[in-house]
Amino acid sequence: MKERKITCIMCPKGCNISVTFAEDGSAADISGNSCPRGHEYAWNEVHHPVRTLTSTVRTASGRMVAVKSSVPVPKELLFDVMACINTVRPEEPVKFGDIVINNVCGTDADIVVTSE
Amino acid sequence: MSEARNVGILIIGGGPAGLSAAVSAYEAGARDILILEREETLGGILKQCIHSGFGLHRFGEELTGPEYAHRYIQKVLEYKIPYLLNTMVTGLAADKTVTAVNSEDGIFEIKAKAVILAMGCRERSRGALNIPGTRPAGIYTAGTAQKYVNLMGYMPGKEVVILGSGDIGLIMARRMTLEGAKVKLCCDILPVPGGLPRNIEQCLNDFGIPLRLSCTVSEIHGRDRITGVTLVSVDENRKPIPGSEEYVSCDTLLLSCGLIPENELSRGAGIEIDPKTSGPVTDENLQTSIEGVFACGNVHHVHGLVDDVSIQADIAGKAAAQYVGA
Repeated sequence: MKERKITCIMCPKGCNISVTFAEDGSAADISGNSCPRGHEYAWNEVHHPVRTLTSTVRTASGRMVAVKSSVPVPKELLFDVMACINTVRPEEPVKFGDIVINNVCGTDADIVVTSE
Repeated sequence: MSEARNVGILIIGGGPAGLSAAVSAYEAGARDILILEREETLGGILKQCIHSGFGLHRFGEELTGPEYAHRYIQKVLEYKIPYLLNTMVTGLAADKTVTAVNSEDGIFEIKAKAVILAMGCRERSRGALNIPGTRPAGIYTAGTAQKYVNLMGYMPGKEVVILGSGDIGLIMARRMTLEGAKVKLCCDILPVPGGLPRNIEQCLNDFGIPLRLSCTVSEIHGRDRITGVTLVSVDENRKPIPGSEEYVSCDTLLLSCGLIPENELSRGAGIEIDPKTSGPVTDENLQTSIEGVFACGNVHHVHGLVDDVSIQADIAGKAAAQYVGA
């Protein structure tokens, strides 16, 4: 049976998770995680890896604010999302919690301001 | 200089430790509190730590650095705890008189009943690492590069080598890659990585950035701007192995080689420092060798997680409130 080792990135513990696959290639068993978040991470990782993306946006007045994707985005789209983030210059006032891009790159994620 | 002002609890530093200590002191009944912060906003290093991964222990959810700071800043505002920004503390005396300076009040003194040290830590710099070679531009500590990219919007370079596998260096490997730089490799003199496994995974492996262990920079090249570094493998005694040298071109070298508690003020006051942690020796209430002076956060010892800083600062804030009789 095929097996894949995964380092969990959900918290600082960094559990070593093992995923074993059935004959048809589907994930048959996930072990080594210490919480349900680790189980979900490992399942995503072998089916369709996703990452929370954080970056910065320069507002129209030149101020830098921190942003994040409201939900994790497909890993293979990270650079596409970055390119999209780097094109926006939102008008002030830009406040904590504001959405600067809706439904970025066709993912279900919004780009949200995380700094003051 | 005008006459010294009096304050119940004076907190030096408005980063995660200072904010948490202020909130905890207030919740323990103290009202006469003042935070002194040298930067123009509260939040400390969290402001530039825009990545997520904070707050899982403290708040049970994953937050970015600015979001984590936001929660505490909101509490400080809600409780109307006073703070002075752009205010640098230049001296702490054993009688708990603090000397500070800002552009509005000039140099002034504050006499405190209790002082909470929350000055954080500093990165080990090139000078402290004794790397041979020239002294060109393009060499930054990882945290300085993080400030340039995340707070000022400048990219420090395009072709990057990272010395040291501490978490800030790993985080910057990913950050600079996402912003279009080529991060060539990360090396560490030790045989094991310094940063968390999750950061090796999501900051290096995700982007195919090589991690070289038992490997360090033996020479820096370049006259005006750094043009490259010589890498060398080291043996189990961290001695360079002759013949293992390799030249790698780069225009930027980031240093992620450890953090040192910032205790200039503590030393100036004569507070006893533990040589193992480079932080003040404290009792179970985080009181230092001077009665009524408490220490918490990275000035006490370098913490791995901000959640732990908050937990420790809670204890210091509560103890200071008890000390002043709140």
